[in-house]
Amino acid sequence: MSQRTLYDKVWDRHTVGTLSTGMDQLLIGLHLVHEVTSPQAFASLRERQQPVAFPDRTIATMDHIVPTDRISRPFSDPQAELMAATLEANTREFGIRLMDMASGKQGIVHMIGPELGLTQPGMTIACGDSHTSTHGAFGSLAFGIGTTDVRNVLETQTMALSRLKVRRIRIEGALQRGVYAKDVILRIIADLGVKGGLGYAYEYSGAVIEALSMEGRMTICNMSIEGGARIGYINPDDTTFAYIRGREYAPRDWDAALAYWKSIRSDEDAVYDDEWVIDGNTIEPMITWGINPGQSITISDSLPHVADAADPKSFQDAFDFMAFTEGQSPESLAIDVAFIGSCTNGRLSDLREAAAIFRGKRVHSRVKAVVVPGSQQVARQAEAEGLDRIFIEAGAEWRHAGCSMCLAMNTDRLEGRQLCASSSNRNFMGRQGSPTGRTLLMSPAMVATAAVYGHVYDVRKVLNDD
Amino acid sequence: MIDASIHRVTGTAVPIEGNDVDTDQIVPARFLKEITFDRMGSYLFYDARQGDSANHPLDNPRYAGASIMLVDHNFGCGSSREHAPQAIRRAGFKALIGASFAEIFLGNCRSLGIVTATADAAVLAQLADAIQQQPQTQWTIDVAAATVTVAGMAALPVRIKDAHQQAFLAGTWDELIVLKAQEAAIRERAKSLPYFSW
Repeated sequence: MSQRTLYDKVWDRHTVGTLSTGMDQLLIGLHLVHEVTSPQAFASLRERQQPVAFPDRTIATMDHIVPTDRISRPFSDPQAELMAATLEANTREFGIRLMDMASGKQGIVHMIGPELGLTQPGMTIACGDSHTSTHGAFGSLAFGIGTTDVRNVLETQTMALSRLKVRRIRIEGALQRGVYAKDVILRIIADLGVKGGLGYAYEYSGAVIEALSMEGRMTICNMSIEGGARIGYINPDDTTFAYIRGREYAPRDWDAALAYWKSIRSDEDAVYDDEWVIDGNTIEPMITWGINPGQSITISDSLPHVADAADPKSFQDAFDFMAFTEGQSPESLAIDVAFIGSCTNGRLSDLREAAAIFRGKRVHSRVKAVVVPGSQQVARQAEAEGLDRIFIEAGAEWRHAGCSMCLAMNTDRLEGRQLCASSSNRNFMGRQGSPTGRTLLMSPAMVATAAVYGHVYDVRKVLNDD
Repeated sequence: MIDASIHRVTGTAVPIEGNDVDTDQIVPARFLKEITFDRMGSYLFYDARQGDSANHPLDNPRYAGASIMLVDHNFGCGSSREHAPQAIRRAGFKALIGASFAEIFLGNCRSLGIVTATADAAVLAQLADAIQQQPQTQWTIDVAAATVTVAGMAALPVRIKDAHQQAFLAGTWDELIVLKAQEAAIRERAKSLPYFSW
């Protein structure tokens, strides 16, 4: 069992007690709420006339269903409008702050927590969304929960959980040019598998992680859940503290905050249940070719052969769905749609990396390219830098903030068998809105490159030409 | 008080083959735009059940009336959407037996009183075989003993997480009342955390 890790320290600080089942009752420091997984929870409180226990520790926004083209109300989709109106009514009735479209602070829930300074080290953070692991980049224990637990957290600020084991994943060395945080996490998932993290929290460390910006760290923690780990985190350091300082909800008593934040770092002699080491210099641009995020290859590889697979059925299912050929070169995959955005890669640095590729070039005539900032704040920053002009001049669409085509609960979606190069997190069958639509996951720079060439292409060749 | 304890689950089983069956397959995201769970049962494995060539086990008359799903590894991976186990429960399922389950999905099942059990490959193979031989034979999952018995066969061992087993037997799988009873301790714990007052 792990000892003296950040996981152990933060868990212990938040344990109210051990229940008769042996599970711990964990206090939740920050509860993030969005429109899709909360209505049934609020309805349950209303039915029983119960208040929210700690309304100040809950923040709401809308992200999944918001359109990114026409955002005037009512929304064109009546179901989306009802979800938005329900969240507005619920937050008003229960006294919860809502970062709505008019606030200038709306965005994907995992974008706005960090950028408002709400997400801080040493917290427990829960949200009815599996990508809550994103917030672990700050040294918090952050995890997705179902709607029954959303209700439990609203009503008691606690929930029942079993302790996880802790696996330290060290990424040493340095990243090559053209290799990004997205490639690091896809490589980790390729190594350990999509179920490798079951029962574990992942602690990411090593020189590569330490050198990453907070935005890159968030990309890595975000996709922990794709590797089966409900929680992924990084010990907070000066990069973390500098990011938080000056933000709207940053602590006013900075010295006390720093003292607490430093105290919850994993000790030098912390004990881990498992460890995995990757040489960062060996990481290459990654793309997925199949129907889960572990079915990936480097851009230098060919698509695999079913006969070589540990799980031939899953490879066969993937080939059947994707209609690719075994052994095919990834650069022969022609795309129809390019999507840049999501809680994985919808931050300012992602848009800058994509814009660096698009600058002075044109999106391929066959490709529809859509750029969706993760939040209103990111949109404003991108526009202030002129990134929106670069996208538009290249022939890409520049949209309003939201989850958009990551899961296509709004009007942005694939049609038919379209193949999409996507900076999002899941290549599940039908994920991007068309039951037969197909997704290739990759970094934003690789998506931009594919958009320009019309097919998958090694971003390093483009960067080397500049 | 209503007795919510679950000691055993009895019913016939249906096989859902394949590792890494994700929550988007269980309930596609477009069906999450409803503010209640009422209709989720009708969306279970929706996309895989459409089209002329669809031949989903849930629509196979051999398995009609099943209330137990036999699954493979990492079932329920992906999203935290409770819509997935809600769909499973509302479509009449009370238990799942498989090689492994995704973490969030597993907790969501417990909260809804859906029994999840894991088993070794040999046991799973025997169970899969039993379904093929006699799809309408009753199975009984004994929660306390952690076994599954297929009529006419010896009891086979399964694993149920200790905490879940306790919760099912005690009827506290929906923990709200248990959590709420600790109100004073919750306030105390909140006060001990520096950031609650920042």
